[in-house]
Amino acid sequence: MWKTILRRILLMIPQVIILSVFIFALAKAMPGDPFTGLITPNTDPNRIEELREQSGLNDPWPEQYVNWVKKAATGDFGQSYVKKMPVATVIADKAINTVWLSLLTFVLTYAIALPLGLLAGRYQNSIFDRIVVIYNYVSFAIPPFVLSLVMLWFFGYKLGWFPTSGSGTVGLVQGTFSYAWDKVMHLILPAVTQALLATAVTIQYLRTEVIDAKTQDYVRTARSKGVPEGKVYTRHIFRNASLPVASTLGYEITGLIGGSIFIETIFGYPGMGKLFIDSLVGRDYSVITALVLILGIDTLVGTLLSDIILSIVDPRIRIQ
Amino acid sequence: MKKTKKKFDNGSESLPPMGFNVIVREFSKDKIAMISLAIILITLIGVFAGSIIIDQGALMKVDIFNSYASPSSEHWLGTDISGRDIFGQLIIGAKNSLLIGFSITIITSIIGVTIGIISGFYGGVIDNILMRIVDFVMILPMQMIIIVFVTIIPKYTIFSFILIMSAFYWVGKARLFRSKTLSEGRRDYVSASKTLGTGDLKIMFREVMPNLSSLIITNLTINFAANIGIETGLSFLGFGLPSDTPSLGTLIGYAKTSDVLADKVWVWLPASLLILVLMLSINYIGQAIGRSADAKQRLG
Repeated sequence: MWKTILRRILLMIPQVIILSVFIFALAKAMPGDPFTGLITPNTDPNRIEELREQSGLNDPWPEQYVNWVKKAATGDFGQSYVKKMPVATVIADKAINTVWLSLLTFVLTYAIALPLGLLAGRYQNSIFDRIVVIYNYVSFAIPPFVLSLVMLWFFGYKLGWFPTSGSGTVGLVQGTFSYAWDKVMHLILPAVTQALLATAVTIQYLRTEVIDAKTQDYVRTARSKGVPEGKVYTRHIFRNASLPVASTLGYEITGLIGGSIFIETIFGYPGMGKLFIDSLVGRDYSVITALVLILGIDTLVGTLLSDIILSIVDPRIRIQ
Repeated sequence: MKKTKKKFDNGSESLPPMGFNVIVREFSKDKIAMISLAIILITLIGVFAGSIIIDQGALMKVDIFNSYASPSSEHWLGTDISGRDIFGQLIIGAKNSLLIGFSITIITSIIGVTIGIISGFYGGVIDNILMRIVDFVMILPMQMIIIVFVTIIPKYTIFSFILIMSAFYWVGKARLFRSKTLSEGRRDYVSASKTLGTGDLKIMFREVMPNLSSLIITNLTINFAANIGIETGLSFLGFGLPSDTPSLGTLIGYAKTSDVLADKVWVWLPASLLILVLMLSINYIGQAIGRSADAKQRLG
């Protein structure tokens, strides 16, 4: 068990190194340096050169790379060119918003997907199953931005049930009930949209796994030894059918801070995805580099977690 | 006696349907697949015929006095912020989105299938190197990196967009076709062909590839829909096609301002519906083809 995990972590090291080199190269290809914005037409060119020398921008690339990695590892991503704040602060601000949104999405996704997938598989070819299959097919095919726009237009503008942008109304006192309620109201529409989109894969997996499991020997054994039908599904089949779902759990957990570019842009929700787009529009390259690096590492950790979770849930994998 | 003889004469008919016939049979048994196919064909004909008739230069001419005109007999679906006809842009945009989705699908398929088959067929060091490259691209936050590339490339055109997209989206295919080739390569006909001294290239692309063809077609169809989705999505955000090239995504992108979204539905809803219908139909056709490739799931 521990051996598997250790080997998996060792496998990740070269991946992290290649990823960071790639992003470093990408960052070098972007226009601007840490002094963009500080320089006015009156700045003495010699002074700029001095500043560049001091901050190591004239060093050879390998040296710059090592310094960059050292700083990034301690959470120092430099200054935001536009906001004149440390990049880490800018990102941390938005990350909290995204985590809230993702948590609600996460809960909603499984609250919808688990019962739908399991029941559709159990009562295969029933009317309920057909509806689930159609729902699943539509939510798989619809592009995220189209669904988001329609949701926002219908529930936000036409019906006016939910606020149409932002993460909270300005002026409410923190800690009061109305403040919390206001936050939740801002979350519901983007979270539901994201959850509807995310359910497709999970339902599909669960349904086919349950259908496959029904004819397996272990299920027949369970039935013949007199296990009640309900328990066959909730204990025996569920455990096996949830394996592929468990294997994506790692991504889901680390995906919490990633956020969705489309959802956040359309609902005007100030999270990581919107920060990314805003930084691109504002040409705030230090923030962009940091975001790509953080999300790249985040994805790596996600695959790592997924593999570890899978090896815990499914003992067969550990043997390999 | 006569009866049996007749049956014997028509022996070819009792053979299981092969290749293209299977797909035709599957479609004739499945009404929704036929409807989807009809929708796609009508859209394709309409869009390409329309784009021949429409004068793009006149269409993209700015007429600010006509800004956001409601639908009328002159402008069937109204106009956008610069007074340009939405219906015309819808046709041209759909043509661009379809063509670009198609090109990306073809390019990524050629790269992905070739690398997948080579990797799976040779195995060993070649497989190891190619698959490490695939693994590396797979773990990148692709959506973000594509957007970054789009912003930092100087002289950005449609072709650079197609190239950027293709550079990242072949990896999934390479992995899929590699695993299929691995299992296909162990079949007897491959060993037999090797023993006869057939060249590797011929085995790979004349003998193994035809056996993967149904998978390739299914993958191509579903991928076509996905690529249209990605292109329109990026164009929607403003990081897709260059701004002078209309795309369905750009049209929907006008809805990023709340005024358009709430009150000027004619600007973005037709394009959204068109994308949705296209996606549903193409995906359904893909699934039908996929079913016909798998004897267990076939309807007919």
